[in-house]
Amino acid sequence: MNWIMAAIGGVLLGGLYALYATGLSVSFGVMRLINLAHGDLAVTAAFLSSTLVLTAGGSPFWTILVLIPVGFGVGVLLQKVVFDRLVGVDPALQIVATFGLSIVIQNALLKVYTADRRALDIGSLKTKSFSIGEVSVGAFPLLRFVVAVLVLVSLSLFLGRTSTGRAFRATSDDPEAARLMGINSRAIYVIASGIAVSTVFLAGIFSGAQTNFASSDGPGLLIFAFEAVIIGGLGSLWGTLAGGIALGLAQTLGAEQFTDWPAQLFGHVLFLIVLAVRPNGLFGRAET
Amino acid sequence: MSAVIEVDRVSKRFGALSVIDELSFSLEQGEALGVVGPNGAGKTTTLNMIAGDFRPTTGRVRFDGRDVTGLPAHRRCRIGIGRTSQVPRPFDGLTVFENVLVGASFGGAHRGHRARDVAVDALRRTGMLAKANVRAGELTLLERKRLELSRALSTEPKVLLLDEIAGGLTEGEVLELIDTIKSIHAAGVSIIWIEHIVHALLKVVDRMLAMDYGRKLIEGDPHEVMASDEVKNVYLGTEA
Repeated sequence: MNWIMAAIGGVLLGGLYALYATGLSVSFGVMRLINLAHGDLAVTAAFLSSTLVLTAGGSPFWTILVLIPVGFGVGVLLQKVVFDRLVGVDPALQIVATFGLSIVIQNALLKVYTADRRALDIGSLKTKSFSIGEVSVGAFPLLRFVVAVLVLVSLSLFLGRTSTGRAFRATSDDPEAARLMGINSRAIYVIASGIAVSTVFLAGIFSGAQTNFASSDGPGLLIFAFEAVIIGGLGSLWGTLAGGIALGLAQTLGAEQFTDWPAQLFGHVLFLIVLAVRPNGLFGRAET
Repeated sequence: MSAVIEVDRVSKRFGALSVIDELSFSLEQGEALGVVGPNGAGKTTTLNMIAGDFRPTTGRVRFDGRDVTGLPAHRRCRIGIGRTSQVPRPFDGLTVFENVLVGASFGGAHRGHRARDVAVDALRRTGMLAKANVRAGELTLLERKRLELSRALSTEPKVLLLDEIAGGLTEGEVLELIDTIKSIHAAGVSIIWIEHIVHALLKVVDRMLAMDYGRKLIEGDPHEVMASDEVKNVYLGTEA
């Protein structure tokens, strides 16, 4: 029975990882941009949510409605100020520039919020669970998972069915040819960054409601997001969900078997195995 | 007749290398202009500057009398400058239909059913309708060339810039393509066509421009230009 619970917990945790990874997947898919400040943006969202709750009261859930559009705005701003200069350049430059951005965000958070850990209080929902027979499922992890799947489904419909979505895919294939078809690729990049940051804001708030957070947590979260994207395969949204779930399962099942070992280790091991055996990821297209 | 494209004393330098040197020519409304010249003469660079891939170092490009020199490529596409690339570059991950739908939605600025109609029409005119649901990455070379042409048509161009669209095709395929381009021209689209396959050009174009070293060598009646000493010298390498 413990194994079943661990497996369910792993899948649900994978939903959170997928939500973290969605933004990375979109940025990389559309503009081949690697943003190392991705995790710090999640931490920023958790802090902003905590500030909103402290000033205006209520549950962190209402702050999602405010912070998703704010995140979109932050994405637009970052695209115009930073990322626009990084599209199509040497990936080493992207890494240096976004690493710098990560340091800037961490230090700004440290200055404003000090090094103290904070948590978002969601009250009784945090401990509520359903029992199905002998198996109990946490209500909040389930909610988080459902939201992650809904986000991925809507993004997938957006990319597959709408005219702007087709422009996303066209730009991802060949930005220069896309311009010759009348597509303003820079406008597409702005939307992509808006989506990337608003989804990672959502992930940051969900994560902050589960575990406490501090200004220096970003890089740790980035690693989970990265691992989920790589395990699932770059450029595939469903792969990202699968990658997140695989990562979550590796952690919970690994910890179930080897109780003395840190759960994260098993995720890292899975990541390395996938890199060695199937470098394009479980659902990745072979890079051409 | 009025000029739909005017290239006015355009020069392009990449660092110290001069690729185009004070080139001027124009394309009249409804005209088809052929461009010939040896490799490296600056033909593709000229098309790139008309389409807006990059700006000339000096000089102006006008479309319908309007100065478009500073306009980015996607805006030029929307006002009616369509373009095919020498090496077809379809969006491999999209279906053939989606490829042209993108052109109709953005380049042609159509929505919904109208965008679909324009996309279907672009495929029909190039004989690609049967392949509509195939992923573009799976097409043969001729099909890729046809899709390249359909995509340019889907943006509803007033001027179509063709860059060696017949290159690499078999003789029979070239003849099919000539018929397609003729019908596009007959529908009122002005054309600038760069091509090494001269007999294909001669079947379609009204006027010929020969270039070498980024300059205009000679322009005029297609047969006279091809028979001229200037062109013979460049192609036969017997420059005195």
